[in-house]
Amino acid sequence: MSVASLLAAADTVPAPDVEWSALSPFLVVVVGACLLLPIAGLLPRRTRVAWSALFTIAVALGAIGASAWVWHDLSRVGPTERTTVAGAYAVDKFSLFLIVVICVGVILATLLTEGYLRREDLPGAEAYLLYLASASGAIIMVTAADLIVLFIGLEVLSIAAYVLAGLHRRRLRSGEAALKYFVLGGFSSAFFLYGVALIYGATGTTNLVGIAEYLATHRLLDEGLLLAGIGLLIVGFAFKVGGVPFHVWTPDVYQGSPSPVVAFMASVVKAAAFAGMLRVVVVALSTHRLDWQPILYAIAVLSMIVGAVLAVVQSDVKRMLAYSSINHAGFMLAAVSTGADEGIAAVLFYLAAYTVLIGGTFGIVTLFGRRGDGHHDIDDYRGLARREPFLALALTIFLLAQAGTPLTAGFLAKFYVIQAVVDAGSWWLGLVAMLAATISAFLYLRIVLTMYAGVTDADVEVAEPTAEPVRRIHVPLGAKVAIAAALVLTIAIGVVPDPLTHASRTARPELVAPGD
Amino acid sequence: MVESFVFAVAAVVIVAGAVGVLVNRNPVHAALSLVATLFGVAVLFVALEANFLAAVQVIVYAGAIVVLFLFVIMLLGVDQSEDLDVEPLIGQRPAAIAIGVVLIIGLTGVVLTSSLTGAPAAHEWVRDGAEVAQIGRLLFTDYVFALEITSLLLLVAVVGAVTLARTIRGETVDLDEPVPVLPGDPVDLIDEDVE
Repeated sequence: MSVASLLAAADTVPAPDVEWSALSPFLVVVVGACLLLPIAGLLPRRTRVAWSALFTIAVALGAIGASAWVWHDLSRVGPTERTTVAGAYAVDKFSLFLIVVICVGVILATLLTEGYLRREDLPGAEAYLLYLASASGAIIMVTAADLIVLFIGLEVLSIAAYVLAGLHRRRLRSGEAALKYFVLGGFSSAFFLYGVALIYGATGTTNLVGIAEYLATHRLLDEGLLLAGIGLLIVGFAFKVGGVPFHVWTPDVYQGSPSPVVAFMASVVKAAAFAGMLRVVVVALSTHRLDWQPILYAIAVLSMIVGAVLAVVQSDVKRMLAYSSINHAGFMLAAVSTGADEGIAAVLFYLAAYTVLIGGTFGIVTLFGRRGDGHHDIDDYRGLARREPFLALALTIFLLAQAGTPLTAGFLAKFYVIQAVVDAGSWWLGLVAMLAATISAFLYLRIVLTMYAGVTDADVEVAEPTAEPVRRIHVPLGAKVAIAAALVLTIAIGVVPDPLTHASRTARPELVAPGD
Repeated sequence: MVESFVFAVAAVVIVAGAVGVLVNRNPVHAALSLVATLFGVAVLFVALEANFLAAVQVIVYAGAIVVLFLFVIMLLGVDQSEDLDVEPLIGQRPAAIAIGVVLIIGLTGVVLTSSLTGAPAAHEWVRDGAEVAQIGRLLFTDYVFALEITSLLLLVAVVGAVTLARTIRGETVDLDEPVPVLPGDPVDLIDEDVE
């Protein structure tokens, strides 16, 4: 084929329709990441004002604004749900809701990272660039309507997250965390990809709409490939959310990674993985609910129980919070396993609340870690309430919210999950969830009590004038803003949950064939 | 007849290469075993008349990527071998082997006993060079989003590699030992002029 005939043929290839306005949240983040690269390169190594962080926050706010605009547009003009770019990018309220959650996670992590980088004397802007890049991968995952696109999104998200785990180059544990996360994450990606291949072999397409339509109109005589594919996909997703038995990386990675990065991993990575799981497993493979439901039941029950029990016996606060995140993942998996609309709404509410809670919690843990990020033993928290009353009070509120205390965001998150599970008829799962919530409450109370108790010895010491002045923890402005915002949101969602509840119920993942 | 013979030979080469990657203690030998595996896959592509894929397989994977591996191994030095005999968790390895064998048997069983179902591809089967045009057409129509975001993946990989490969300034903060106070530690001091 000559060049001339190739050029002639080029005109005959119909380019797929691209709806740029619907892509705008994604484009804002990607273009922002690409702009941050030269901006950060041109800035001097140290600046008084953290321009890179401010730019990252502006980009995330821009993406939130774009999502709000598209959301408004979806309600105003039809069709309500659609796909664009040849059916690869789903435009629905589900994806927009999660894009907002992801951007909130990015903003909180960025605010915390600013002070962290200064404290640890680390070079700046890569962290923000990787946050934005990882968030764009997460946005690809929440909008993907094709398994290949979903996989590439997963890789973009994960590769940035691996590097973020190793961000503190001078800390050996950080490097260890990055290596462990990378090797195990590579394995889980391979499982996921094999699952995609087997599902393609069984259905003849990677498009989620195509898969759902094919399975709805055909009865497979031979379901082996499909079932094996579903199993492998669930392994890939369960690894990313940290569900038992695919959780073993979580404690080491959470302990070793820089604390602000953990806030990012726990919120954004989990949100993206749950989005993929909901859209692929619950929606596209809804015809095979009876096949995947038992697997999810098992993972959910194991995650809730193992996460809660092992969290209680840890002595390192970051490891405790890692196991508690496994416990939270178990709650969300229980809601996913219902396969019902209430379950999806419960997961979305939980993800939104959890992003705020974990941002605040790890914000304070970052500060308590001090320089070197090493003061995370439970004994280091002893008596902190006296020295740092405000931070201790804030951490108490966040931990009580994670435990599910009424009037906080955490209570309704857990309540909706149990309600959805019981509505779906699996009351036994609801019982397990309540049991796990009780066990994990012990863990949060243990940290709180450690902070408020154990003052007696220290009191005596301080009563005498000591040679060493009492060192207060320096709270950078970014961390102040992040913690205050997280506190306000935690209480606000708990007291006035209606807007978020309504939004999470409206945001349902849809599968719409392209070109309609 | 010829097809199954070619498949059998290629399959033996692929599996032998894969096993070689695992059991060779010398990383250079392992990388060369990987070439055998990738080459066997290329032969399978030829047997399926996917000539373009076969060429890409040889040029990109067997050529570029493995050569890159070899470069890295040579630059880092081949004699840096890890001691793999220490077992951090007792019973971990037998358990891993047992579960791995179960997984292999399960997946092989599924793949052997199942048949490809699914809708036939919407695009007709083409041969003789037209496949390049067809792949190109698909990449710029149905899979254009996947193609474009692959560039994002490469960008992330480059940024990540640069971030991790930069020279470290400053001293290493050690393993478990928390650092009490380092010079320049930004803590607010109460009663600084007590003395």
